[in-house]
Amino acid sequence: MSHGNMNLTLKVWKQKNKDTKGRFETYQAKGISPDMSFLEMFDVVNEQLINEGKEPIAFDHDCREGICGMCSMYINGRPHGPKQGITTCQLHMRSFKDGDTIVVEPWRSAAFPVIKDLAVDRSSFDRIIAAGGFVSVNTGNAKDANNILINKDDADEAFNAAACIGCGACVAACKNSSAMLFVSAKVSQLALLPQGQIEKQDRVLNMVKQMDEEGFGNCTNTGACEAECPKAISLENIARMNREYSLATFAQNKIK
Amino acid sequence: MVLYFLVNTFALEFFINQFTGIMSKKTGLLSSSIGKKLLMGVTGLFLISFLLVHCFINSLIFFNDGGETFNKGAEFMGTNWLIRTMEIVLFGGILAHIFLALKLTLDNRKARPVGYEVTNGNANSNWYSRWMGLLGTLILMFLIIHLKHFWYVSRLTDHLDGGLETLFDEMKEVFENPIIVALYCASMISLAYHLLHGFQSAFQSLGLNHKKYTPLIKSAGVAFSILIPAIFAAMPITMHFGIIE
Ligand code: HEM
Ligand code: SF4
Ligand code: FES
Repeated sequence: MSHGNMNLTLKVWKQKNKDTKGRFETYQAKGISPDMSFLEMFDVVNEQLINEGKEPIAFDHDCREGICGMCSMYINGRPHGPKQGITTCQLHMRSFKDGDTIVVEPWRSAAFPVIKDLAVDRSSFDRIIAAGGFVSVNTGNAKDANNILINKDDADEAFNAAACIGCGACVAACKNSSAMLFVSAKVSQLALLPQGQIEKQDRVLNMVKQMDEEGFGNCTNTGACEAECPKAISLENIARMNREYSLATFAQNKIK
Repeated sequence: MVLYFLVNTFALEFFINQFTGIMSKKTGLLSSSIGKKLLMGVTGLFLISFLLVHCFINSLIFFNDGGETFNKGAEFMGTNWLIRTMEIVLFGGILAHIFLALKLTLDNRKARPVGYEVTNGNANSNWYSRWMGLLGTLILMFLIIHLKHFWYVSRLTDHLDGGLETLFDEMKEVFENPIIVALYCASMISLAYHLLHGFQSAFQSLGLNHKKYTPLIKSAGVAFSILIPAIFAAMPITMHFGIIE
């Protein structure tokens, strides 16, 4: 079945599981429509592979509208491909030319082991959140919406930080595989709000500790994360986390 | 001034905390990624403050009075107890900066055991921000040669004693060699790029980020990174061509 008139060569990373070595495999994507998303192009290729009795390419996806953060693909040397501010599922084939060769790799980081082919295990992010990315509350009846007044600027900035979808593009883009942009967004979204104040010291110390234990690299402020983040999370969050971390270290008069 | 004070306060608190055993090695600041970056930023800014002083003193050659003013400055730097103490701190700072740079760079390499086949770094960052380790290593190589040229002869040998030869004469002699002049200029280019990223990066590492002042810091950083190495480079050039004598 033909959908359009683009023909492309794909060089895709194939890897059985995290314990085996991977390699590149070349595929032909034929009859691709420029209006397709990058993932739909992969669907076409996979359908063809299945029809030929071959193994399809494993890749992660869920919402296909830029909100779940699953579609981790490193395309021609950049996370989520050549455009800024979008995820792979929001990337259209019109961003490529007929006859192009496209190299697709998984996120590469010690903290993101490959599950299969292009799918990586980002549960290290979950463990960082579990280490402190929450506000402890006694659940009861829902409170009145405006019970606690919040400065509009702070609310906006917390909201911007909360836009992070945990996709991991920041880690993939960073030459050091640093997770600072993600962690700083998760620290900031709570540190900026009154509800987050009470636990803010423990939060930042524990989350950074977990981040280091997961094997992410050290930030060198290249700014690649901010440039590639689909949600335009700002480097200001990293500075805020550095500040919060230093202050918490000095202020916390505990031997742990 | 306020920032300098802040940075020093940070450094002081850091050392107090580090050495009073309030924090063990396991949970101490140095054990964490952010803590190491903090120290990287502090030492970087300290080295920047050194560059400023060094550049100022050396610029005294531009009085073009046969090195009279410059030699007085050099004499002061070589004998004042405060400066001599700071010299020791400076060596400590450089060593800490290099040691941390090495540790961070090696750790960062480990964080990505399997590399990418294709990377397009220029699409999302400046090349010099990604090559800080290399630029730093070039600076280090220069530093060793540079210390050998001037620090070694003026501090560790009696070569300059007895008024036979001044540091200014030493400079003139060293910069007669065009290869050395070229080496000094090339090293200043490495320094310029190291600072172009490093200056603003240090503030970010210390968490000193502000909607109004960060753009100012960035502009000041660009000005500093171009101006200071350019003035330094002008010294061997002008001496070589006999403009300063
Ligand atoms: C006068 C000499 C030097 C000055 C003024 C200087 C200044 C700086 C500054 C301000 C930073 C930014 C710190 C931060 O991002 O927090 C930096 C980073 C760095 N420096 Fe230097 N530096 C000098 C020499 C060196 C040397 C000799 C080396 C290595 C052998 C070196 C290696 C590095 C590396 C690898 C970084 C990046 C590390 C990171 O951002 O995590 N530097 N330097
Ligand atoms: S900070 Fe941006 S790039 Fe990083 S995980 Fe969040 S949304 Fe993705
Ligand atoms: S599939 Fe959900 S963000 Fe792309």
